[in-house]
Amino acid sequence: MEHIISVTVENKFGVLSRIAGLFSGRGFNIESLSVAPTLDPSMSQMTIVTSGDERIVEQIVKQLNKLIDVIKVVDLNESDFVSRETALIKVHTRQEDRAEALRIADIFRANVIDSTPATYTIEVTGDPKKIEAIINLLQPLGIKELTRTGRVAVAREPLRFSAAQPKKVARE
Amino acid sequence: MKLTGAEIFIECLKREGVKTIFALPGGVVLKIFDMLHQQKDIEVVLTRHEQGAGHMAEGYAKATGKAGVCLVTSGPGMTNVITALADAYMDSVPLVCFSGQVPTSLIGNDAFQEADNIGLSRPCTKYNFLVKDVNELASTIKEAFYIATTGRPGPVLVDIPKDVSMEKAEFNYPNSVSIRGYNPTYDGNKWQIKQAAEAIMKAKKPILYVGGGVIFSGASQELIELAELTQIPVDMTLMGLGAFPGEHPLSMGMLGMHGTYQANMAMHYSDLVIAIGARFDDRVTGKVAEFCPHAKIIHVDIDPTSIRKNIHVDIPIVGDCKAVLRELNQILKATVNGEQKELRKAWWDQIREWERAHPLSYQQETDGPIKPQYVIKRLYELTKDRDPIVSTDVGQHQMWAAQYFKLAKPNRWLTSGGLGTMGFGFPAAMGAQAAFRNRLVLCIAGDGSIQMNMQEMATAVVSKLPVKIIVLNNRFHGMVRQWQDLFYEGRYASSYLDTTPDFVKLAEAYGAVGLRAGKVGDLDGVLKEAIAIEKPVIVDVPTYPYENVYPMIPAGGCNHQMILEDPPELKNKQAGVGQASPKDSDTILTA
Ligand SMILES: Cc1cc2nc3c(=O)[nH]c(=O)nc-3n(C[C@H](O)[C@H](O)[C@H](O)COP(=O)(O)OP(=O)(O)OC[C@H]3O[C@@H](n4cnc5c(N)ncnc54)[C@H](O)[C@@H]3O)c2cc1C
Ligand SMILES: Cc1ncc(C[n+]2csc(CCOP(=O)(O)OP(=O)(O)O)c2C)c(N)n1
Ligand SMILES: [Mg+2]
Repeated sequence: MEHIISVTVENKFGVLSRIAGLFSGRGFNIESLSVAPTLDPSMSQMTIVTSGDERIVEQIVKQLNKLIDVIKVVDLNESDFVSRETALIKVHTRQEDRAEALRIADIFRANVIDSTPATYTIEVTGDPKKIEAIINLLQPLGIKELTRTGRVAVAREPLRFSAAQPKKVARE
Repeated sequence: MKLTGAEIFIECLKREGVKTIFALPGGVVLKIFDMLHQQKDIEVVLTRHEQGAGHMAEGYAKATGKAGVCLVTSGPGMTNVITALADAYMDSVPLVCFSGQVPTSLIGNDAFQEADNIGLSRPCTKYNFLVKDVNELASTIKEAFYIATTGRPGPVLVDIPKDVSMEKAEFNYPNSVSIRGYNPTYDGNKWQIKQAAEAIMKAKKPILYVGGGVIFSGASQELIELAELTQIPVDMTLMGLGAFPGEHPLSMGMLGMHGTYQANMAMHYSDLVIAIGARFDDRVTGKVAEFCPHAKIIHVDIDPTSIRKNIHVDIPIVGDCKAVLRELNQILKATVNGEQKELRKAWWDQIREWERAHPLSYQQETDGPIKPQYVIKRLYELTKDRDPIVSTDVGQHQMWAAQYFKLAKPNRWLTSGGLGTMGFGFPAAMGAQAAFRNRLVLCIAGDGSIQMNMQEMATAVVSKLPVKIIVLNNRFHGMVRQWQDLFYEGRYASSYLDTTPDFVKLAEAYGAVGLRAGKVGDLDGVLKEAIAIEKPVIVDVPTYPYENVYPMIPAGGCNHQMILEDPPELKNKQAGVGQASPKDSDTILTA
């Protein structure tokens, strides 16, 4: 099953390779990983999308916690969360397709952020399903390039450190 | 006052109480060596290979319980020490390894003898640091020792570029360390401990399964108290040997692939497994799906990742063995009564029956070839009064040492379990000897393994580390040969070593003493002679080459299904060959 894990880490040289090394060294799946500084510049926030059965995800959370540069690990699947991903899609547009491209972008509340005589670059944000959907519709026009950010996610309400899940939230 | 990086390095080590380091110089660490040369508080043992330095630091750490320290140069110095770091990582040995690095301005330029030390060591260290600024050197070293020795111990690397060792900074050694992402849990959850106590009170067939964690934690006394109070039998892992006295009536000896019959049967049929500082390694669990099918499992471990990694656990307790056992014993002391004895009578009857049915055994004829088990048994009996420290290499001899050398106390057993590193034994013994100059330190070695770090004999002689090496010389990679006989129809692919070198002459070439015990009747005399010599000694003992280690649970097999002796076709084959040294299976079959 897919899990989204939010990891707060030291904003230091080499931390990303420790996390990546953990996943590759132990054969854990990693579907996407995004990272950026937090309000406190000494920390970074990572969102890792991974998958595995309960036992594997428990190990992933514990192994992440064990890393010395990791400050906090939250398995967001333990609660309600919202997640978003952004994609930049450069569509090849012949004259007759340009209106169609704009129409599709409009339906998905996507923005055209760049245009040339032969292309539009469309920015779309949403959950993975929405992004898949717009890609499917734009594909017939001809997608020249596509980059996706990977998902970022946040819990819907402040997580309570409830007795039922101390292992997942706090460091052991 | 301002000090250079090299001086800061030395001041830090002194404040950590380091008395000995194991080291080999090179260009980028010359400044550090130069300063070490000009002081007297820290002894430098110059090794002949960086792998040796790493294992010596491990032996030092295992025998003392403190962090072992080694120092190597950049590039090849670093790559050479990797095996020892990986070994320490697998066996949770506290180690601080300092490596030299090219000057910070050259990092990343493929400079002479540059290697990505941080990248190389990342998967085999608990943590690693590149010190880019001399002002951070002291606090980094403090953190390195702290991380290596707290929580689940492990190796830490500190990479010091050449310019950092030369530049100056104000020296301030921090008194304490606080790392926000690192806070090991020592006290176990009280409620969980209570659950464990209740389960222990109710169990009809409980078994203690204890490992290296008890030794790291210094919890042997608490373990003995628990076992005696509750009269629960004790199984030890290879790494846990010495945590509980080997001759104690409650000791079942080692469990696992080459564990005793009673230890493995007791695990399999138990209704409550109490795992303390052990990590359910596959050499112990065998086939996971059929592991302890009737048992509830309590698991005490300081590292949450050890819990439920391989095996489902019913009562997990994250904490330090000593703290948890103290708490547990306190509860049990108030509740244990005569009833448990009654409840478990049938269990003990069963265990004693298992012990009688299949004790460890071998046959030594007085005029026949020397059996390896006999050598260990005699060595044990001749030295046990001197409370020796015993190291081993990796292979059959290691397993026989584990079975027959009954350790009475912790921190006397140096062996490579997780990585199984041939060549570990001799340097590890030297590291222990460097820590305890006046103790008897024995290294039980194989003729294959000993050759992997033989060069350290020069170190032993020059640095006066009078380790006694007993080579169980079967002319084979015996453990490999055993698998070939059992699972590869006796095809000895690359397992026969022949009779070279002459270990007696080799010892002499280094300025050490070489002895040989060729006959059963000579053994005691030669061993006694070796122990009395105040120099490093190699005792070469040619042993019967086809002896196999039993019991044996085949890889992926189930714990109660042990092979207890040679299968008939093997017995017949061996009957014909005596002590011949075959080049391949054809010779043995036609001999
Ligand atoms: C040829 C060969 C054959 C082998 N055969 C066997 C065999 O038959 N039987 C056998 O048992 N092994 C055998 N081994 C060794 C095996 O591979 C493992 O190394 C061993 O079983 C692990 O021992 P352990 O569980 O005690 O764990 P260790 O590696 O000693 O780990 C210690 C555990 O304790 C925890 N810990 C550390 N400090 C503390 C503390 N303060 N408080 C609480 N917990 C702590 C750690 O987190 C870890 O989980 C063999 C090895 C070789 C090379
Ligand atoms: C560095 C290393 N290489 C290879 C192995 C695989 N291996 C395990 S035991 C063994 C044979 C050991 O031979 P020896 O030291 O003579 O011991 P014996 O089994 O004969 O007692 C080998 C090759 C290993 N454990 N370590
Ligand atoms: Mg051998």
